[in-house]
Amino acid sequence: MTELIVICCYLALLVLLGLFASRLFSGSKEDYQLASHSIGPFLLLMSLFGTTMTAFALVGSTGEAYSAGVGVYGLMASSSGIIHSLCFFLLGIRLWRLGSKYGYSTQVQFFRDRLGSDKIGLLLFPILVGLVVPYLLVGVISSGTVMQAMTAGAFPDLFPSKNPGIAGGIPPYIGMLMICGVVLVYVFFGGMRGTAWANAFQTAVFMVLGIVTFCVIANKLGGEGNLLANMQKLSAAVPPDKATRIAMSKTEFFTYLFVPFSVGMFPHLFQHWLTAKSAESFKLPVVAHPIFIMIVWVPCILIGIWATTDLMPTRPPLPKVPGTDIVNPNAILPFLVKTQTSALLGGFLAAGVLAAIMSSLDSQFLCLGTMFSTDIVNHYRKEPLSDRAQVFTTRAFIIGIVALTYLLSLSNTKSVFNLGVWSFSGFSSLFPLVFAALYWRGLTKAGAYAGILTAICMWCWQFAASDYGEIRDYTFDLTLGDAVYKMQPVAPIFLASAVALVVVSLVTPKPDAAVLRKFFPERA
Amino acid sequence: MQKLVWALVLLLVVLHQDNWFWEDGTLVFGFMPIALFYHACISIAASVVWFMATRFCWDDDLTAESHGEEATK
Repeated sequence: MTELIVICCYLALLVLLGLFASRLFSGSKEDYQLASHSIGPFLLLMSLFGTTMTAFALVGSTGEAYSAGVGVYGLMASSSGIIHSLCFFLLGIRLWRLGSKYGYSTQVQFFRDRLGSDKIGLLLFPILVGLVVPYLLVGVISSGTVMQAMTAGAFPDLFPSKNPGIAGGIPPYIGMLMICGVVLVYVFFGGMRGTAWANAFQTAVFMVLGIVTFCVIANKLGGEGNLLANMQKLSAAVPPDKATRIAMSKTEFFTYLFVPFSVGMFPHLFQHWLTAKSAESFKLPVVAHPIFIMIVWVPCILIGIWATTDLMPTRPPLPKVPGTDIVNPNAILPFLVKTQTSALLGGFLAAGVLAAIMSSLDSQFLCLGTMFSTDIVNHYRKEPLSDRAQVFTTRAFIIGIVALTYLLSLSNTKSVFNLGVWSFSGFSSLFPLVFAALYWRGLTKAGAYAGILTAICMWCWQFAASDYGEIRDYTFDLTLGDAVYKMQPVAPIFLASAVALVVVSLVTPKPDAAVLRKFFPERA
Repeated sequence: MQKLVWALVLLLVVLHQDNWFWEDGTLVFGFMPIALFYHACISIAASVVWFMATRFCWDDDLTAESHGEEATK
């Protein structure tokens, strides 16, 4: 019950934050969707970091380290530190500049203008929305799972279950409804300002609570006099295959570098970039992002490999995947928190995990509302909507999207989790498009279409080859002689899309001179 | 200097592959597997390189630019 009280207090605090942010709302579309371009360096850092870090950063990283060992950090964290900042620096600043100059709120507006093609919007819009939806669903479903696990035992008579790990816990359909409701309230009332404030607050919460939880678990599992002695004792007991990368493929490790390029095409990050007060605001996020990733990920990876040692208490046993005798890696962190820390800290950590989830969900809801309102409703009207009407339609779409996401999250959960990495791969394969649009005068409309269509075809082919996401460790295998090189499917999709974009651009008529003057003024 | 910064970014990508500690289970400070320690150092190095990028690869026109100023140009 203590956990539930802490979670409820935390959610109430977020609602208050959103309502307070709404008091500063000027009523304009630009203020609602982009916080009137008023976000300074610190808020931008916290909101960008909070948006890119999902529940996976806490719960998933521990589980992956339990399964695959320390190599997970290089695979997903240090690579993101390099590539995410690269995207902020090369794409974010330029897009902010163009967005400020020409009044963009969405990616589709930018690409329509840059390529001189209205129909490119009709091609891109469903792709972007289609790729965000599974990402959203993973967040909502994870929130329901966390709520149930962390509140287990609170209502034994009301929510009985044969599984002791979840008996008496708030069922997912209620937990997900609570999370969707809270996010809806602060996004609806606070708009982008409320979202940025909530993101900053939530990012601070999950970073601080992650470190506190790490220290408490290390001391409890180690049983020695001080933290360093405990960490040394636990790490010395880690099996060699978890302390090294013996079991990992080197080419798979290398090609995983393509996955973080997805940040360059996330529509919700595009919108966050546009909120910056000035180009100077980008400097702090560019520099601090890799360090922030390290602060969150290193403790989680260590906990994950420690969970593989003989020092883990045998009772209660590690949680199993329902219906099997296999340990459920994603349940490792909640299990350790529940069994090795106090109920109060457990409640705080649950709030921290929910914070990581909600700091991505809010931006995605707001961005989809903005896209529907701007790229569809307003774009295809003969008379543009008034400022207030655009705020109204954005809010109406946010309500609709939250409701739809909730209903979808009640359906098949397993297949959605398998779609997560495919969603990222899809966004990554569109990176060549946004990079060329900003840096290459030779990009033509036909080249852009070729790049997008190639990415779609390659993505569909690889997705089908993975049995529609069912084969979770699917790789694209390249055979050269006797050697087989395993690669992440994102690598061939990314490269094929880039080649198609370049080749078709080179053989098709050059872009309009007026468009080039607009986007490359200094050299036109 | 700009070329040096971009060369360092490229070097980070090469160093990230880290074939040399692939099977090394040494514990740094007695608790940190060297593969994890090395990649934590890559994260710190990435911050340093991106700091250099914001110093030496920064478009000077951007420094004084804020939303309002840009919109009126």
